[in-house]
Parts: sequence; C-alpha cells; structure tokens
Amino acid sequence: MEPTAILEEVKRSNLRGLGGAGFPTGTKWSFIPKNHPGPVYLVINADEGEPGTFKDRYLLERDPHALIEGMLIAARAIRSATGFVYIRGEYVEPWRRFAAAVREAYEARYLGNGFDIVVHRGAGAYICGEETGLISSLEGKKGWPKLKPPFPAIKGAFGAPTIVNNVETICQVPHVINRGAEWFAGLGTKTQGGTRMYSVSGRVARPAVYETSVSITLRQLIYDLAGGVTGNGKLKAVVPGGSSAAILTADEIDVTMDVDGLRNAGSMAGSAGVIVMDETVSIPEALMVVARFYAHESCGQCTPCRESTGWIYKMTRRIVERRGRKEDLDTILDVAKRGAGTTICAFYDGAVGPYISYIEKFRGEFEALVPK
Amino acid sequence: MPRLTVNGKEIEVPAGTNLIEAARHAGVEVPHYCYHPGLSIAGQCRLCMVDIEKTPRPTIACNTLAADGMVVSTETDRVRETRKSIMEFHLINHPLDCPVCDQAGECGLQIYYMKHGLYDPRMTDEKVHKPKAVPLGPHVMLDAERCILCSRCVRFCDEITHTGELGIFSRGDHSEIGLFPGTELDNKYSGNVVDICPVGALTDRDFRFQVRVWYLESAKSVCPGCARGCNIEVHVNRRRPHHAEGRRVARLKPRFNADVNRWWLCDAGRYGFAPVDAADRLLVPTRRDGETTTAATWDEAIAAVAGMLRRAPADEIGVIASPKMANEDLAALRRILDVCAIRHVGFAVPPRTPGDEDAFLIRADKSPNALGAELVGLGGDVRAILAAARGRRLKCLWVFGHDLLASAWPESEVLEALRAVETLIFTGANANRTSARAHWVLPAAAWVERDGTYTNFEGRVQRFRLAVEPLGQALAEWEMLGRVLAALGEAPTATRAEHWFRQLTGAVPAFAGLSYQSIGDTGRVLTRDAPARS
Repeated sequence: MEPTAILEEVKRSNLRGLGGAGFPTGTKWSFIPKNHPGPVYLVINADEGEPGTFKDRYLLERDPHALIEGMLIAARAIRSATGFVYIRGEYVEPWRRFAAAVREAYEARYLGNGFDIVVHRGAGAYICGEETGLISSLEGKKGWPKLKPPFPAIKGAFGAPTIVNNVETICQVPHVINRGAEWFAGLGTKTQGGTRMYSVSGRVARPAVYETSVSITLRQLIYDLAGGVTGNGKLKAVVPGGSSAAILTADEIDVTMDVDGLRNAGSMAGSAGVIVMDETVSIPEALMVVARFYAHESCGQCTPCRESTGWIYKMTRRIVERRGRKEDLDTILDVAKRGAGTTICAFYDGAVGPYISYIEKFRGEFEALVPK
Repeated sequence: MPRLTVNGKEIEVPAGTNLIEAARHAGVEVPHYCYHPGLSIAGQCRLCMVDIEKTPRPTIACNTLAADGMVVSTETDRVRETRKSIMEFHLINHPLDCPVCDQAGECGLQIYYMKHGLYDPRMTDEKVHKPKAVPLGPHVMLDAERCILCSRCVRFCDEITHTGELGIFSRGDHSEIGLFPGTELDNKYSGNVVDICPVGALTDRDFRFQVRVWYLESAKSVCPGCARGCNIEVHVNRRRPHHAEGRRVARLKPRFNADVNRWWLCDAGRYGFAPVDAADRLLVPTRRDGETTTAATWDEAIAAVAGMLRRAPADEIGVIASPKMANEDLAALRRILDVCAIRHVGFAVPPRTPGDEDAFLIRADKSPNALGAELVGLGGDVRAILAAARGRRLKCLWVFGHDLLASAWPESEVLEALRAVETLIFTGANANRTSARAHWVLPAAAWVERDGTYTNFEGRVQRFRLAVEPLGQALAEWEMLGRVLAALGEAPTATRAEHWFRQLTGAVPAFAGLSYQSIGDTGRVLTRDAPARS
C-alpha cells in the first residue's frame, strides 16, 4: 500500500490514540510535513505510567511482534526510517521480551530493510510518558515537556518531525489494514473505532486486562467482565481512565467507555485504567494517595504545577490525619481551578481531575474528618 | 511587519517579535520572570499570560509571536486573576525573608506582588526547605529557598558562556538549582547570573550585605577594564557612608548596548573597581626630595611642572601617556606637547603577563582607550624613551598612570632609566612603584569621579560620567593639564571635559562631527578611514 492509502485507511477507521488523549491517529500522522527533506521519526510511547494501567505491558510481553508490525506500517505511512520504542524503566520483563522480538525481526529481515527500531529504556519518571517529556528524555535531557508550538509533528525528537504513538494504538494498525477501516470502525462507536484494552483493578472479583468494544458501558465492564465487586461489597466509586480521570460515583457507571462517552460524563477515557472502589475505601485517603503521586511526579518546570501539587498534598494529608480545617476543602478546589490550564503540559490538568471530583462528589466524607 | 493591537493601541512590529516585546513597543509591560531577551524561551514561570482574541484561555506572551490582526489584551479580568494566581504559586514556598534578603528593593517578587498579587496568603503548611547560603563559585551565592526556578541562570551558562555548570535537580517542589558534580560557577562571566536572577536566589558575594540597594545612586558609565568598553552603571553609596567600610562604589552593573556588550559584563570588569576606594589612592600633590616626601599645594605642583617644561629643552623631556586616559585628557596632553614641542612621547607599555582574551567580550588589551591615544597622535616607542633616559639624554620624564616596573621590560632597565632623569613626574589615581620614585606626584581622579570618553577597539566613542566626587584633592587629568597650560601662558579654554572633547573634534579628523550629545548613552563609531594625526 502507498503511504497516503495507509493514512486514509487509518483516518477512516476512526482509530483514536489509546495512550490517554484520544486524538485521532490518522489526523496526527497527517501533520507530518509533506516531502520533508530530513529524517522523520516514529516514537512509541511504552512508558506506561498512569496509575491503574497495565495493558501495554501485556502487549509487550505477550504479543511484541504486533507492535513491530504496526510500527512498520505506521513508518511507511509517515515515511520514517527510524522508530524508537521508549519503554518504562520498571518494565524489565516487557523490555526483555520486546527486545528479543526486535532481534527476531532483524533476523527475519523485517527490520533493517529501510526501517530500524531503537529500543530505549526510561528511568522511571511519570512525566516521561507525556509525549514531549518523552522526547526530551529520549534526547538525553531531563524529561521536561516542551513548549508548543512547535508541535512534535513539525519539530520533535532531535529537531525532526516526529509522531509519538502509544503501544496499543500502533498494535491496532495491522488489524485496520488487514481487515479494512469499515470493519474496524464498525467495532466501536460513531466517533471511535475498534476495541481497546481496559485494565480493571481494585475491588473486583476478576481484576485483569479486558479487550472489548469501546461501546461497552462501565457497568458491563465491571459486572459482566470483571465479575462485579469483590465479596459482598457495595460499589462506591470508579476511576474510569487512569488516576488522572475524574472519579465517577456508583450512580454514574451507565456510560459508554469510548472517548466521547466518558467526556460527556465529565470524566475521561484516558488510558482506560479502571480502578474500582467499594464502600470500604476512604475517598479522602484515596485522594491523598493520588495527590502524593502528583506531588512526587510533577517535573517542576511550570510554577503552578510545581508549587500547588505539593501544597494540595499537604492539605489532603492534614485532612486525612484529622488535622484539617474547614476552609481547606475550598482552598484545594480554588487552587486546583486556578492552576488548571496554565501549564505547558497536561500533567496538572490531569491532577486537577481527581482533586476536584473527589472533593465535589464526596465532600461529606472529607468534612467528616475535619475536627469540629 | 505584522500589525496588531495591544490594549487597544495599534502597532507594527518586526516579524518574529514575541508578544512581550510587541507590548513593550506599545508601552505596555507584561510581567514575566523566566523570559529574558538574551536567552532562549523557557515558558515556565507562566506569569506572562495575556488574552488573545479568539483564544479560549490566556496564553503565555513569551512563546507567542505577534501576527497580523492579532488583538491582545494584557488587562482583562481573566488575565489579572491568572497573574494573581501565578504570583501566589510563586510565593507559597518562598521564605518571605525580605528583611534579611539582599535583593529586597529590586526583587521581582516584591515588585509584582505589590503590582499584581496583593492576595491574602492562604499557605499555612510547612514550606519546602532547601539549601541556603551555598557558594556556587567565587562570586555567586545561592539561596535555593528563594529561587523561583525560572532557569535563566541555567540558560545563561548553557547558551551564553557554553560552560553548563548549572542545572535544575530533583522534581516538583523539591526542584532546585545546583552545580553539576565536580564543577564550580567560576566562568569568566559568572556575575551575570546575579543580574538576571529576578529574585534573591543568586546574590553577589562581593556586594551582599554591604549596603541596601535603596541607598544607591547610579551613573551611566563605561568599563575601563579592557578595550571592549562594556557599558555599565556605577552604583555608589553616598547616603550611608558608614556602610561597606566607607567604600563609595558599591557595584558595577552591565548596561544594555546592542552593539557592544548586550546585557553582559565579564567578572574581571565587574569586580575591577576596588582601586577606586583603595588605601593606595593618591590624595594630594606631593614632592619628594631624597627620602623626604612632603605634601604640596596644587599651585606649587603646577608651577613646578610648568617651570620644568619651560626650562628643559624640548628634546630632553619624555612623556609616557596612558591608554587608560580619557580622550579629553589626551587632547589636553596633546596641546601641552604641541606648545612645548615635545617629541619623545608614547603610551604603549607591554604588561608582564599578556592579557587574556576570548571570543565574546574580553579583549587582551586591558586599557579602554588605546585607539584614542593612537588617534590623538601619542603613539611612540616608550622603550626608546626609557633608553634615552638611561643614556642621560632626558632631563625630565612624565609618566601617566603606568607602573613601568610592572611592565614586560627588565626591571633593572626601567629602574636605571627612572634613576637617570633629574625630574620624574607621576600622574595617576593610585600609588605604585613608579609613583614612589617620582619627584612630583599629581593625584588624578578615578574614572568614576569625572566625565570623559573612551574610544574602544572598534572605534566606538563612549561617554562615562561622574558618579562620585574625587577623593582628596585629586583632579581629572584634563583639568590639571589645563592648569599647567595656563601656567605656561596659554589662555584657559576648558572648564568641563566636554570643552576638551570639542577641541578634539576640531583637531583630530577621526572625531570630526561628534559631540557629547550625538554620542549619547550608547556611543558613536568614528570615521575609521580618517587619518590619525601625525
């Protein structure tokens, strides 16, 4: 197939990025300048770091050749001769297996004939999963997200036009090409084609990765696939798309799990990491854990994120330790809202999702911890 | 040339101008910390938010280029609120230790809090603690708690000096500026990071705790440290003379000049002002007779010098001018030489250790006005003058500023020459081993104590201005030389340095057409092809 034909096929398939942002994959590829004289890079984001997400690990460990196959097709579409696979540092076994697959592909001459893959291991920072933070890290710099514009498709890794795609996204591409855009699009909703892999964890009977249509509802996912809430527990809340997604209450789970369905429900599909909480879970404690994570992982580049993630963690911890004050909750909400949308990357907006939703939806639980 | 509107005012700016600079064109200041026109765009302080029509939320001005038809507002409610929020974020972990901070009075946090913050503090938790009073190198002290992580200092060392000593280490609110292992912030331009630090994180080890900045007064000047002539401001402390052990010059700061030094100044120049208030300053005219040195009045000194010039045959007088003298001094000296028909003159004395040089600002020639001395026609073989002295062919030798005994020439050779003359006259601001041998010492004002101009190596004539009164009875060279001329019977012509400059523009073709007014604050390049006066 010609590069433009591949691009058109992927566009028509309604494949959307499965790493978190849900951006249409074909459209992203089309941003690469036509007839660019220098190198163009394909970078695979295998820095799966979003809490509650473990699907890319399955793919790297159990079907690594799917990624290589998808990369070969994607590279043809964007006319790239070099692909980088940035693998999360903690993913030792996925790295071993994927690197072995790359060696096999070289031996079988699938690689080395106009397309090469460089496997790169990260060093364990969440922010290196942000596409431009990943590029900085790949370039050997501190993993700081980059200012946009310029966007990576224009000026990405090492200054060259670059497409960064998630592992799972690229693993879908061979199916799109083999079975056609219509077939793929038909598996999903009107605005998002295909299936995706949901990492379901927490208080469910059968925590696992489930691949299913994106038109499935959260209720079906929890009760039909994951076997419902553990023991006789009662569902309290669900985080539907990795820790950065706004929390949903037990009454809000009749939503489809596609990008737009969850957006309309005020949350996000994100990385499709579904974290299920039953009545035994303390929401303030859960928020403290999440807040500690964001305070620890903020790269420190932009002032609002650097300073307020730490501050909000201190406030939530105080509340959990019953040293909170009545005004703390409003301060957290106000600080989160003021900082939202003011930073270089989406990290802080991701942190704001839980800050605001946990408190607004479970305010009573927080207030109960504040000494009278 | 994009045309855009900033706060309702339509302006046109060169293509590639960002919105901070574009707003400046419109007379609007967009508050910012990390942006610096001499460094790459970092976009991380997030303070320079502006509203652009048809943009969903405030955008950083530093990373947005002006475009045709753009409508920019810096004062919408939304922008004001955002600014206030960003100020709060900048300050929640800041120690708020202004009373003991050296930056107080010129601190970006203080200024913007008063202008744009003014919120009620809400942070009651323990702040993040970081290292304090960490020497980064010979000149710079770090207080990491005051740092707002704007990364200007890091970018300076990466992009301007290419020495890369600094980095930002750790993450989140534990991020801190620091040195890479095994390095020290000891590059030749390290002091600049103090200038560009918008807060009290990086302070000057030489200046800190000497005097509060609000007691300082400032004069526009030129660095006399080498032939580059970097534009500077001299900050002097006249109002608190009991501070800093009486040193009047508190610090030198670079002054922007697009054609000379941009925003920068080397450390040698920046910290090279100590002689001004040093104990070896020459304060009164003195006469030495054998081992006895006695103070004299200016009238006595001038009369003695003029008498000597009148009595001695012209070819028995040698004059060693200095390339550290201002053009005005050189013009006055030239007049004396002409009046007395003195021909043994020169100014170039090679230093014992050759000066260092780099591809940025630092020049090997450590004098500010060698080209001026050349153009005024004072070039000549100084070593030949000393040889003539040794050969008893000179009665009198007049040395300006130089310590000939610290030159590249053998000490014994110089010593013999100095001993051989009947009268050795020394004019300069500081004592040295040559002045100690002089029969007459005429104390000169230091460069910060007077007005004048220097001609840099590129032929740029630049003004420097009086910042403090001369110490003791010291006089600018042009002034004492004018008095000598009067004693020689010449009609007095100059009461200000500027008068001598006017004479110079008439006498030396290269300077023709220049005036103090046309030189202004940034200097004027003289006509290069004009023949030097023979």
